[in-house]
Amino acid sequence: MKGMTLIVKTITRLLFGFIIMFGVSIVLYGHITPGGGFAGGVMLACGFALLVLAFGKTTAIEIIREKSFEAWDSVGSLLFLGIAVAGFFAGTFFFDFLSRGTPLRLISGGSLLWSNCAIGIKVSAGIFTAFIALSGFRMSGKR
Amino acid sequence: MVLLYGLLGFMLIGAIIAIETKDLLSSVISVGAMGMALSIIFLILGAPDLAIVQVVVEVIALIMLLRLVVEREDVTIAHRYRYGEVFATAAGLVFFGIFIVFASIAYKGMPAFGEPLLTVSQRYITEGFTISRAGNIVTSILLEFRAYDTLGEATVIFTSIVGAVVILRKKGRIHK
Repeated sequence: MKGMTLIVKTITRLLFGFIIMFGVSIVLYGHITPGGGFAGGVMLACGFALLVLAFGKTTAIEIIREKSFEAWDSVGSLLFLGIAVAGFFAGTFFFDFLSRGTPLRLISGGSLLWSNCAIGIKVSAGIFTAFIALSGFRMSGKR
Repeated sequence: MVLLYGLLGFMLIGAIIAIETKDLLSSVISVGAMGMALSIIFLILGAPDLAIVQVVVEVIALIMLLRLVVEREDVTIAHRYRYGEVFATAAGLVFFGIFIVFASIAYKGMPAFGEPLLTVSQRYITEGFTISRAGNIVTSILLEFRAYDTLGEATVIFTSIVGAVVILRKKGRIHK
């Protein structure tokens, strides 16, 4: 896969940071505004997929390594499970032991923010791995 | 309500085109149009969380399906009517009629559109903010009251992606 024309590459180079920032903000503010870990995670995966589509697989893999995404998928799952198990040691499973804070601030709502971050990491890495598996491995198989 | 039914009709037309067309590319594109209409319906019904998720998932699914369809153009399905297919269609229509009859009977027992069925969900709405202190009540239900469900969903996504990667990779494992 060679990648697309110069116009697409330039626009991707300009927009990639903004897409990632938008996805991260959707994840981080998921407990205040509409959105959340799943939506923001899929947005991040869309940004990485745009990078792969625009620059071609061989160039994009040098920037983002696909093996690390398989690891991040597991890390996100373990983080979410870790939040649940940490609640288990403080009382019951999924018990929310963090302080609630003032409502409508970024650090509020107890463990909701950290659960959203874990789900965002998990979903973005997982969906991007599925994208690579569906579109990239076929290339390597064809030779 | 008129806009809602118009969008529902648009979705039905898109679904019929997606099933009936011979070209895989136009089938994929009509599925994408259907998903966009569904996200607008979610927005009208007052569910912005769901609308965002629907738009984003539809976009990435459309990209994946387009990549797969453009890669392999030899998958056009040759379609020919035979007696067996006529029988299958007739049986399908009969069972669909039976389903419609019983569904219309069951529909009379359902609560009206927009009225909640469970009293537990009423408690989430009234006490959700005071318990979880989070501005977005959907997130507080998903990650606070129904955290077990979310953990199960995360496990389902993880398992399905691991399975997809294992099945779809062409490299194979090197035996030593």
